[in-house]
Amino acid sequence: MKKDVYILGIETSCDETAASVVKNGSEIISNVVASQIESQKRFGGVVPEIASRHHVEEITLVIEKALEDAGLNPDQLDAVAVTEGPGLVGALLIGINAAKAFAFANSLPIIGVHHIAGHIYANQLVQPMVFPLLALIVSGGHTEMVIMREHGSFELIGETRDDAAGEAYDKVARVLGLPYPGGPHVDKLALASESAVEFPRAWLEPDSYDFSFSGLKSSVINYKHNLEQRGGTLDAEAVAAGFQQSVVEVLTVKALRAAKEYQVKQVIAAGGVSANKGLRNSLETTFAKENIPFSVPPIALCTDNAAMIAAAGTQMFLSDVRGDLSMNGRPGMQLVSWNH
Amino acid sequence: MIWLGIDTANSPLSVALVEDGRILCEQTSTFARTHSIQAMPAIERLLSEASLRPSDLEAIAVSEGPGSYTGVRIGVTLAKTLAWTLKIPLVGVSSLEVIAANAVPFEGVIVPMFDARRENVYCGLYKSKGERLHRIWEDRHGTLEQFLEDVACIDQPVLFIGADVDIHKTKISATLGDQAVFAPFPQQLPRASQLISLAEQRVPASDIHQFVPNYRRIPEAEANWMKEQKQVKSHD
Ligand SMILES: [Zn+2]
Repeated sequence: MKKDVYILGIETSCDETAASVVKNGSEIISNVVASQIESQKRFGGVVPEIASRHHVEEITLVIEKALEDAGLNPDQLDAVAVTEGPGLVGALLIGINAAKAFAFANSLPIIGVHHIAGHIYANQLVQPMVFPLLALIVSGGHTEMVIMREHGSFELIGETRDDAAGEAYDKVARVLGLPYPGGPHVDKLALASESAVEFPRAWLEPDSYDFSFSGLKSSVINYKHNLEQRGGTLDAEAVAAGFQQSVVEVLTVKALRAAKEYQVKQVIAAGGVSANKGLRNSLETTFAKENIPFSVPPIALCTDNAAMIAAAGTQMFLSDVRGDLSMNGRPGMQLVSWNH
Repeated sequence: MIWLGIDTANSPLSVALVEDGRILCEQTSTFARTHSIQAMPAIERLLSEASLRPSDLEAIAVSEGPGSYTGVRIGVTLAKTLAWTLKIPLVGVSSLEVIAANAVPFEGVIVPMFDARRENVYCGLYKSKGERLHRIWEDRHGTLEQFLEDVACIDQPVLFIGADVDIHKTKISATLGDQAVFAPFPQQLPRASQLISLAEQRVPASDIHQFVPNYRRIPEAEANWMKEQKQVKSHD
């Protein structure tokens, strides 16, 4: 009988301190997230130095809780998986150094996980991955499309040339005077709106899978500016709806074209912005119509968490990928295949 | 009792193993690589040289700051995670005090100093009494100028100590003249065995989870935010 694999995941790449135990890469045994949103709200965004300070305050508490919730001792674990990058370097270093100390003290192997691989593998916690698959990753730092032909193989086919989708959401939220973090507020306003202001779509070259959102962001800013000069009043709901429609349409149309071209058997969405209801609805309806299986994890697994790091780490563990105690934070880490 | 000491508060790295007042191994280096790459492998090497396992450790001492924010955090994160998972006591010691202890039994006052950029420094004021070190002023962060003004009022020789003292040597001599003395280079670096010897005299942290660096300085964003809050209040 094959032995069960238990991996402790640790994630501190931005403003969540998180730890989780996952069994066999697919079953969440515990999942603990300490969020800093309340503290970072004061600054209207994540201040790296403050994020790092919070991580030091929370890190051992969160790991202890993850083990307690799982009812496991360190000697029942098979490895420790930790986010190695990309992210805020000072924040990454807290998770990495805690992971190294914990792994060393308990004679466990350590595995460095790419944050985006983690977001993709969050889907593995919901249903098995079927290859080839298309992953659409949308978050505050990323907008990417990746083709996976097997576990641990990543082929980047498109990415943003300027702002990430989530970044555009946060900026538009600020323009509309919405509180931090802005993305969910824009989503809510957009869904409540009856009408929508027309904003452009950035399709780029006809065959490109790349994205661009900075032009759209500027259009929203200009629209508000012109309106104010004419003395008009801003319909925030209609602006949010128009902005969201533009983002969602570009993401959906490009994902569908890629899914067809690469003849994928599954499409998965990942990253914080895939918690966006407007985007989820659009992707679900579109792929249902085309009979292409689509999956997106529940919202708690779309935003940053450590279960996804443990899930990806399990697959790496099974492929004999190991890190060592000289692991450093890699803020600009590239997503490369671990299966060649 | 077997102690592990970790000092990564500034650019030098120092780790040591001490058993009942005897140094088993110690490593102090100033190679310009990051602590995240070097500190944990150094600890692993130290234990293997002493033929010890992690579970043989009985207490951990860490240099808790002030110093480089990232450096201090790496040391504290390693130390608190080790102490928590090995279920052993953790003691934090001021990183300035660790350096000052190198100068015992100097007769005058001892000023450990780290550069904090933009003409600012972290420094403290200590005095040896026999073999012991006593803190005279709280460790602080401030301008070098203000600190030198305060020190000039003390009618004793002042020993400046720490790897960053060289950066400010000219200014210190210009202000204090003969009152200022400078420690020789072997005394400039923090030594984890020294850290352990100070830690042995302390009470361990009551809650390891709550153990955090002693930055001696709030982040700029937080300072600005507090200023804004005051302005908002005064406008009300
Ligand atoms: Zn993320």
